[in-house]
Amino acid sequence: MTRDEALFEFLLRLGDNTLILGHRVSEWCGHAPVLEEDIALANTALDLIGQTQMWLGLAAEVEGKGRDADKLAFLRDAWDFRNLLLVEMPNGDFGQTLMRQFLFDAWHSVLLGRLMTSSDERVAAIAAKASKEVTYHLERSADTVVGLGDGTEESHARMQAALDYLWPYVGEMFRSDPVDAEMVAAGIAPDPASLREEFDGIVSRVLTEATLEIPASSFGHKGGKDGSFHTEHLGHLLSTMQWLQRAYPGCEW
Amino acid sequence: MSNEWPLWEVFIRGQHGLSHRHVGSLHAPDAEMAIKNARDVYTRRNEGVSIWVVEARHIAATAPGEKGPLFEPSESKVYRHPTFFDIPEEVGHM
Amino acid sequence: MYAQMIKTARSGVKTREEMTEQEREFQDKIDNDIKIEPRDWMPDDYRATLIRQIGQHAHSEVVGQLPEGNWITRAPTLERKAILLAKVQDEAGHGLYLYSAAETLGESRDELIRLLHEGRMKYSSIFNYPTLNWADIGAVGWLVDGAAIVNQVALQRTSYGPYSRAMIRICKEESFHARQGYHAIMKMAFGTPEQKRQAQDAVNRLWFPAIMMFGPNDSASTHSEQSMAWKIKVKSNDELRQQFVDQTVPQIEYLGLDLPDPGIKWNEERGHYDFSDPDWSEFFDVIKGNGPCNVDRMTARRKAWDDGQWVRDGLLEHARKKAARKVAAE
Repeated sequence: MTRDEALFEFLLRLGDNTLILGHRVSEWCGHAPVLEEDIALANTALDLIGQTQMWLGLAAEVEGKGRDADKLAFLRDAWDFRNLLLVEMPNGDFGQTLMRQFLFDAWHSVLLGRLMTSSDERVAAIAAKASKEVTYHLERSADTVVGLGDGTEESHARMQAALDYLWPYVGEMFRSDPVDAEMVAAGIAPDPASLREEFDGIVSRVLTEATLEIPASSFGHKGGKDGSFHTEHLGHLLSTMQWLQRAYPGCEW
Repeated sequence: MSNEWPLWEVFIRGQHGLSHRHVGSLHAPDAEMAIKNARDVYTRRNEGVSIWVVEARHIAATAPGEKGPLFEPSESKVYRHPTFFDIPEEVGHM
Repeated sequence: MYAQMIKTARSGVKTREEMTEQEREFQDKIDNDIKIEPRDWMPDDYRATLIRQIGQHAHSEVVGQLPEGNWITRAPTLERKAILLAKVQDEAGHGLYLYSAAETLGESRDELIRLLHEGRMKYSSIFNYPTLNWADIGAVGWLVDGAAIVNQVALQRTSYGPYSRAMIRICKEESFHARQGYHAIMKMAFGTPEQKRQAQDAVNRLWFPAIMMFGPNDSASTHSEQSMAWKIKVKSNDELRQQFVDQTVPQIEYLGLDLPDPGIKWNEERGHYDFSDPDWSEFFDVIKGNGPCNVDRMTARRKAWDDGQWVRDGLLEHARKKAARKVAAE
C-alpha cells in the first residue's frame, strides 16, 4: 500500500461517514417532532453533505483516476464503502437518531480537532471548516440527549434503550489498522486509539447529566471502516440513494 | 398544564455595529434551546452575528390607544433634529 | 393558492353607513394602506378570516414538504441533494413564520395543527398530487413555487402587518426555489431522450394542478369580495392565474417541451395567452379529500406529530426540572 493509496482509503472513511450519516439525517426532513427540530436536522444534514463533497472530492483527486465525489458516492457498491457501522444504523425513533448523532459528533469533533494540524494542508483546511460546523452539532445533540435523558420517564427510557442499542458500535471508532498506521507515520492523522480519552470525557460528562448509564459490556462490532462486514442496512440505503444514477447511467443532472 | 413549548421572540444583530432587530418568533422549551433554534431557523442565510431571545410573555408593550399621547408630543420638538438648524455653508460639514 | 377557498367569516361587505364608528376607522386605515398590527382593534370576522387564511397557508408549507421530501434520499448528485434539502427546509421555515403570524392573532400553533389533523382545516390542493419522477422536483420548484410566488408577491401588500412581513421574508427566499426548479428541469429537458420524457411527463401532470392553485374562477368564487375590501386578498384568482400562465408559457417553450394544454394560444387582442379551463370537478374532489395523496399526506403529518409527542414532552419536562433546580439553588 503506497502512501497515496492509504490516504485515499482514509479520505473515503471520512467522506463515507459524512455521506451516510447526512443521508440518514436527511430522511427526517418533513417528519420531525416539531418544526424547529425539522429545520435543525436539515442544517446538520446539509453540513454533512457539504463535508462529503470536500472529503470525497479530495479522495478522487488523490486517487487520480478521473472519478469525482459524485462517482464515488453514487457508483460504488456496499463493500467499497468505508464508513463506520454506527452511521449506517437506521434512524429508529428521534431518540435513537439523536443518540447516534451525539456519539458520532463527540468522536468527530475530537478527530477534526486533531486533523486541523495534519501535515497534509488539504486535510487540515477541510478539517478546519468542518470543525466549526461539528462543534455546533455536538452542542446541539448533547443538549438534546441531556434534555431527553433527564426529561420524562418515557423519554428517559427511550434514550437509555437507544444508548444500549448503539453502544456496541462505538468501539469501531478507536480501532487501528494498517491504513491508520500509515497515516500516523505520515503525520496526516492521529492514531484512532488516541482519541478515546477525550471522547470518553465528553460522553461520560453528557450522559451523566442525562442520567443515562453506559452499558457495562465493552463488546464492539466492526467491519465498517475497512468494508469487510457492513450491516444489512447499508445495502438498502444505497439502493435508494444510488437508484437514479444506476437506472440512467451517464446522464447529467 | 399546556404542553406547548413557550413562544420566544428573536432579535438578531445582522452585522457588527448594528442594533439587534426583531426577526420573528419560534417555540422552544427553554432559553438555551431557543437560542439554538433561532440560530437554525433565522440565520440559514448567514444573517447574523449575535442573537437575543426573550420569552414573548415577558415583553411589555404600549397599547395601540396610547399612540397619540406617547408619540405625538415629540413631533412638535423639531429642534431635536439636526436639520432644524441652518448652518452657513462656509462653516463646513457639521 | 396556498390559501384556497378561504371562507370569509361574514357574508357580504358592509356599506359605510352600516359600519360602526370603530369599523369605519378600521376600514379607513386599510384604505390608506396603514397596516393593522396585532394589538390594534379589528373586527372579529377579520381576525377569524385571517387565522383561517394564514393557518391554511402555514399548513400548506408544512404538508408541502412531503412531495418534494419524497425525493431527497434519491437525489442524483450530492449538489442536487443539498439544494433540494435546503429548499424543503425552507418550506418548514416558511410554515414556521406563518404559524408565528397566526399566533399574533391569538391562535396557538398547536391548536392550528390540531385543527389540521382533525380535518377541520385545509391546505393547498396541489400537495395532494404525487411526485413520480425526478423531473417532478424541477417542475414543482418551477411551476408550483412559481405559482405561489405570483400570489405571495401580491400578498406582501396585505393589510395585516405580521402576515405582510412574513410574506416579504418568504418571497426573498422563494425566488431561489423557482430558479433551482427551472435549472433542474432544464437539465432534464436538454438531457437524454429518457430524461426529456420525464420532463414532459412532469409538465403534463403538474400543469393543471398548478393553475388550479389559484382557486376557482372569479365568477364562481363567492368569498372574495370582503377579503378584497380588507386587503387580505389583493388580486383576484383569475388575474393571478393569467399572470402565471403568461409568464410560464414562454418558459415551457424554451425547454422545447410540448405545451401541456392544446388550448394555450397567444391572444393578440387581449395581450395574454388563452388557455383551457382545468377540470374543476377534479379540484373539488381534491379539496374534499379525494386527491391521489390526501390520505397519505395527512397520515404522514399525524404520524410525525404523534411520534414526536414524547420528544416535545421530554424536552419541556427537562426545562421545568432545570428551572426548578435553579430556583432551589438560589
